Amino acid sequence: MPRRKRLRKVVAPPGFKGYKPYGNSKHKKQHVELLYEEYEAIKLADYDFMNHLEASKIMGVSRPTFARIYQSARRKLANALVETREIRSVYGNAILEGAWHLCNDCHARFTIPDQMTNHACPICRSLETKSIKN
Amino acid sequence: MKTVITSKGNNLKAYFDPRFGRAGWFCVMDDASGKPTFIENEQAEATGGAGVKVAEKMVEIGVKKVISGDFGPKAKELLDKFNIQMVIISDDHQSIKEIVSRLTN
Repeated sequence: MPRRKRLRKVVAPPGFKGYKPYGNSKHKKQHVELLYEEYEAIKLADYDFMNHLEASKIMGVSRPTFARIYQSARRKLANALVETREIRSVYGNAILEGAWHLCNDCHARFTIPDQMTNHACPICRSLETKSIKN
Repeated sequence: MKTVITSKGNNLKAYFDPRFGRAGWFCVMDDASGKPTFIENEQAEATGGAGVKVAEKMVEIGVKKVISGDFGPKAKELLDKFNIQMVIISDDHQSIKEIVSRLTN
């Protein structure tokens, strides 16, 4: 079994659902899925001019992992530009800061403060929770 | 750890109040003693800023978890800042006792 992917912290989700090329030939191509954490990596490294170590700390991953996310993001963008593909933003393995979580068992919604390590539902202690966008 | 449940009255039989800033009472459950204490909400009839003032009160009494029906944006921001966990449950005429028993089971 592969090692599980840690959730990457995303401060602000992208303000778009996607980008479409225009002026290109009609036939439709498969779109490129840009994950939230990849968008965040591009933003931190190339918009906020942070170095990879600082950026990795913000996202709660190691520097090499950040570099991989960033590399994947750049390649996807390049691929979309060169092959005139549509870019769509997809949730991915992100955890939104200050986001709400939903318990699948008792349907309670709750936040998990930074200092809290227990991610179970505060009402029924179920671990069947998922994060929801607010 | 202290948990607050918003309540319409001052005893365990009272119903859960889905409002945060303008809830009638607050049921403070202390894990250490296991006994609930009820605090009247002075902001229940306030014309404005009730959520923020109540959030400040939560910080003051050292609450770590607040259970209510919803939180306004300003109250949410403040509670987030002080690392207080917010829990939203749906209001289906539950008494405080029922919620407390769900928490302890």
